[in-house]
Amino acid sequence: MSKARSAPLRTALIHLALISYTLVALFPVFLTLVNSFKNRNAIFREPMSLPGPSTFSLIGYETVIAQGDFLGYFQNSLIVTVVSIALVLLFGAMAAFALSEYRFRGNTLLGLYLALGIMIPIRLGTVAILQGMVAAGLVNTLTSLILVYTAQGLPLAIFILSEFMRTVSDDLKNAGRIDGLSEYSIFFRLVLPLVRPAMATVAVFTMIPIWNDLWFPLILAPGEETKTVTLGAQMFIGQFVTNWNAVLSALSLAILPVMVLYVIFSRQLIRGITSGAVK
Amino acid sequence: MSDTDMTDTGIAPVKRPARWHILVFLAPAFLVYTAVMILPLIETLRLSLFNMVEGQLAFVGLDNFVRLFSDPRLSADFWNALKNNTIFFIIHMLVQNPVGIAIAAMLSISGLRFAAFYRSAIFVPTLLSFVIVGFIWKLILSPIWGIAPTMMDWVGLKWAFAPWLGKPETALITVSLISVWQYIGIPMMLIYAALLNIPEEVLEAAECDGITGWSQFWKIKLPLILPSIGIVSVLTFVGNFNAFDLIYSVQGALAGPNGATDILGTLLYRTFFGFQNQMGDRSMGATIAAVMFIIILAGVSLYLFVIQRRMRRYQF
Repeated sequence: MSKARSAPLRTALIHLALISYTLVALFPVFLTLVNSFKNRNAIFREPMSLPGPSTFSLIGYETVIAQGDFLGYFQNSLIVTVVSIALVLLFGAMAAFALSEYRFRGNTLLGLYLALGIMIPIRLGTVAILQGMVAAGLVNTLTSLILVYTAQGLPLAIFILSEFMRTVSDDLKNAGRIDGLSEYSIFFRLVLPLVRPAMATVAVFTMIPIWNDLWFPLILAPGEETKTVTLGAQMFIGQFVTNWNAVLSALSLAILPVMVLYVIFSRQLIRGITSGAVK
Repeated sequence: MSDTDMTDTGIAPVKRPARWHILVFLAPAFLVYTAVMILPLIETLRLSLFNMVEGQLAFVGLDNFVRLFSDPRLSADFWNALKNNTIFFIIHMLVQNPVGIAIAAMLSISGLRFAAFYRSAIFVPTLLSFVIVGFIWKLILSPIWGIAPTMMDWVGLKWAFAPWLGKPETALITVSLISVWQYIGIPMMLIYAALLNIPEEVLEAAECDGITGWSQFWKIKLPLILPSIGIVSVLTFVGNFNAFDLIYSVQGALAGPNGATDILGTLLYRTFFGFQNQMGDRSMGATIAAVMFIIILAGVSLYLFVIQRRMRRYQF
């Protein structure tokens, strides 16, 4: 746009404001990562300095690896998150396809019913969910978490995906029908590949709350075998509250996977939001 | 398989083979959603009308609600949690959303360098789990570590430092601000997207009329992004009245000091599960969940049926 509008002083002030807020946003994360590599004395004496040769120490990470079963927690979180996302995407896309493609009695009503969950949090049903899981013998299993997260992710997934599926050309689908493709092949072979960008957006939106959730792991699967990283870190911190090296290292380990995923998916996430997928 | 005819005409043909595939496509999502989300929600609402009477679960009507609102011990906790939750929400509306909008407005200035970097960096806290966020801030604000007092010393404000999380007067505000810090990415992103969608011609027309910079934001952009601000507000409302994790990881299930940070989510957790010397109570838990449901439903309905309808939307 016109250069005349951006007076240098104004631009400088805007950069100053944005840099300040960026520092506010990143500083705590930076502080945690940096101090997790220092020995105990240095953590307290010079919390803001980078680890140097005399202060570098991995003692915190050694404690975490020796004491907590973080590898197991990671595995649990990974299984729960990946399976839930896969189910949300598959079931969500199927339902979205049915809602956007076919006319049948109750279509609109069903769409509204499935959209209810976007606004009403699943957490409010916890009392009965726990009861149901106890009755089904699913307490302290990853299955219980996967079921809950699938149900939690479906409403938004169906909503976003059906918006996108409406944009897939009818001619293409009809051509497929004339060629004798079954409705299932039309869905899996023609439509799904075309909505792949929307699926990626949904995957990212679904992933963050699942990976970070504390409530359901705490209530449905608090056992040692089924702890997720979030719950594991919470309990570990509770136990080692005075061992700052260990706490900071545990926090850094919990930050790491999210950061890696963010770096991989951030473009997808931002494209998804800015293309209007969540409006 | 010929569904094409009726997708085009819109009039269902009189006779056609049963379309089982529709059922197959819908069944998995419908079943999981209904079984794990809707039925438990209904069951929880139903449970709120029952309680133990002489060791038997019996229908007690609205007794649980009456007890929740007026029983001396329970109601004190409940009204306290509701009040704190409201303050929690107001702080989000006053700080999170305006700051988020301001950042989005600055980011959307065209030709701004490093905009992508700022945007990604400011979104980072939103991705972190409550456990991480809660603990980092607990450490930073801790008088033992002394990060916060040292930094305030740099700007000559050391006298103003206090163990904010430990004092009943300041704990709730501090926790709310931590939550604001974490969630600012959401209003920022949604408003940013809305600002990008304003057509260039509109802004150029404004410039021709001499409306630029500051007044352009207030007079042109802000009215155009009002619908997005509405969505952000209702999302904030639902999120805040359903919050639990951050308070639990910063202040524990008791939401101390002395209940100063207790909100409905932590109250629900303690009531349902019991904590320390308090026994878990399923019926009261369900009752609190039902109250939260009604509050959230009221907020969402207010938005959908009143605010959203009055809002003017502009088609470009």
